Amino acid sequence: MKVKFGEVNLLNGNEAAAAAVVLARPKVIAVYPITPQTACVEELCNFKANGMLDAEIVHAESEHSAISACIGAACMGVRTFTATSSQGLALMHEVLFIASGMRLPIVMGVANRALSAPINIWNDLSDSIAQSHSSWIQLYCASNQEIFDTIIQAYRISEEPEVLLPTMVCYDGFILSHLYERLHLLTQEEVNSYLPEFKLPFAVELGKRMVLGPLVGPEHYMEFKKSQRDAMQRAKREIRKANKEFFERFGRCYGDGLLESYNLEGSNKVVITIGSLAFNFRYYVKKEGGKVGVIRIRSFRPFPAEELREAVEGVEKIAVVDRAYEFGLGGALYHEVRSSLFGLEKKINNFILGLGGKKVRIDDLKFIIKHCGESKNYWINVHGENVSEDG
Amino acid sequence: MAEILEKAPLTCSGCGLAIATRIICRNFRKPSILVLSTGCLEVTTTLYPYSYFNCPVLHVAFENAAAVASGVFRALKTQGREKEVDVIVLAGDGATFDIGFQALSGMVERGEEVCYICLDNEAYMNTGIQRSGATPLFASTTTTPTGRMSMGKLERKKKISLILGMHPIAYLATASIAYHRDLIKKLEKALAKKPSFLHILTPCPTGWRFDPQHTVTLSKLAVETNYFPLFEIEDNKLKLNYKFEKRNPISDFLKLQGRFSHLKEEEIQKIQEMVDEDYIQLVQLEEAGEVF
Repeated sequence: MKVKFGEVNLLNGNEAAAAAVVLARPKVIAVYPITPQTACVEELCNFKANGMLDAEIVHAESEHSAISACIGAACMGVRTFTATSSQGLALMHEVLFIASGMRLPIVMGVANRALSAPINIWNDLSDSIAQSHSSWIQLYCASNQEIFDTIIQAYRISEEPEVLLPTMVCYDGFILSHLYERLHLLTQEEVNSYLPEFKLPFAVELGKRMVLGPLVGPEHYMEFKKSQRDAMQRAKREIRKANKEFFERFGRCYGDGLLESYNLEGSNKVVITIGSLAFNFRYYVKKEGGKVGVIRIRSFRPFPAEELREAVEGVEKIAVVDRAYEFGLGGALYHEVRSSLFGLEKKINNFILGLGGKKVRIDDLKFIIKHCGESKNYWINVHGENVSEDG
Repeated sequence: MAEILEKAPLTCSGCGLAIATRIICRNFRKPSILVLSTGCLEVTTTLYPYSYFNCPVLHVAFENAAAVASGVFRALKTQGREKEVDVIVLAGDGATFDIGFQALSGMVERGEEVCYICLDNEAYMNTGIQRSGATPLFASTTTTPTGRMSMGKLERKKKISLILGMHPIAYLATASIAYHRDLIKKLEKALAKKPSFLHILTPCPTGWRFDPQHTVTLSKLAVETNYFPLFEIEDNKLKLNYKFEKRNPISDFLKLQGRFSHLKEEEIQKIQEMVDEDYIQLVQLEEAGEVF
């Protein structure tokens, strides 16, 4: 892949991610292939092979080892990157909690893909949503331009000394990872001016008595977790700040960084969703007209509960559209939205669609908008029908 | 010289891996970074807010010390410091033979310049004596208990060093705390030629059920009975470091340990045959020359 920094390029999502990583200049990158992320790490290896990336590449023998190698390198105070999807992310599960618990600002690309079984390589969000308890910041992108921009922002957010938590930059597998789009790439100088040098305050110092990853008993464990909680709360502020400063320097922003609203003014109905699907709704609403707003949750962790309450102030009916399902509970985003809006008099219902890459049709969007805020929740296009969850 | 491992008061008395770790830490040749797997050594030395190691220690999880160490080594490389520092993994047998084997195999295959040391007490001791791939034939553990229908573990121990010998490894050796000078010599080589693997048998009074005063005696007997022969693999060749004209009978080693107290003559004979077979295999590998 040939890229021209400082210009408009035609790139797919994986290439956009790789281009951003090159400019963020991580020192250690751990790679392991998995569809649909593979091309991202392939491109990084190409950049290195062509002298455009000065980083050590660890060809790990699994995703579990890839994220572990990132932890080892991050403890030494160097910037790290890895990328994965689906089963690879699930294999990392154990280590994700350790990366965040050790407060290491690792950045990882996640090309979202369905989880097995049945095995399926196509898109939904069940892989990263399943890791939403891992104390990683999760930012979801809706375009290739946003992937590029968000990876650069992610380093800044994660490495902020008051945050020091890792970030997943999530983008829809195939829909973004393999779709070509025109996007503007920053230059190295621009990125350097936005992203300061990385300094880990507790990096390994030779000869010093120090333990990174000690055994912690009941006397102190909860104190560690409380400070982690506080850091995640501060991440909200830093996500907004990173988004705002990015806009001031480069003229691009994504809502307030946490969520992005469209056409809310005067709309009685709103569709809330995550990722590139929000663009489908925006496009449809713009084309068909009508008083329907769209809110795209960009930061799933930390979840922007207060911001969402403000955003839906004038709205009566809400359709939450999920591409990740928590069995025995419901749509993952639906439950976040409901608890965020607790106490407000809103009519909220849930639509599950697009699991495992099921095509989302114009008719599905139409159906969702029509039934927005009704009492029933639906699974869209199952055996060709929209099925109410109540049977 | 200041001790790196100052004290480890949380280990059991007579703990073999505490002795091994002390010998290792006394013989660091450069500023070193220790990467620990979860296990006895980790829980007895790093209880927050203390550390018994007078050097940086990283602990991430049970099975990934080799991968973490790979990341540490690569980071040092990007800083141009990789020749000034030794990256040393200290891991138990469960972390090495079983759950962390994949990460170790990957680390060696990639040629990461890490010295990986397995402190082998032949079972999951930290969780309370459960069978591992390193537990020997007929040993009684809490998951291979003896009983009317059971003689303990029915499978043989994995030959971890020979398996790693078939990897592109710069140096590997087995070592014993009873053969102190041999151990130090091997450690020096393992630190100089990486990736390297040291396999040290570390008797466990609690898990093997013996009087803590016998830790070194048992280490010695393990070598002199050929239960744990000392050898090294270097330049594609295997070399046996100690050959005994007349090895001691395996019963000398077994009879001091409660984990074998249920054995009858028949099982002891079986273990003896296995030990002799395994030793002959090593002799043949040595004679075969550059087979690794």
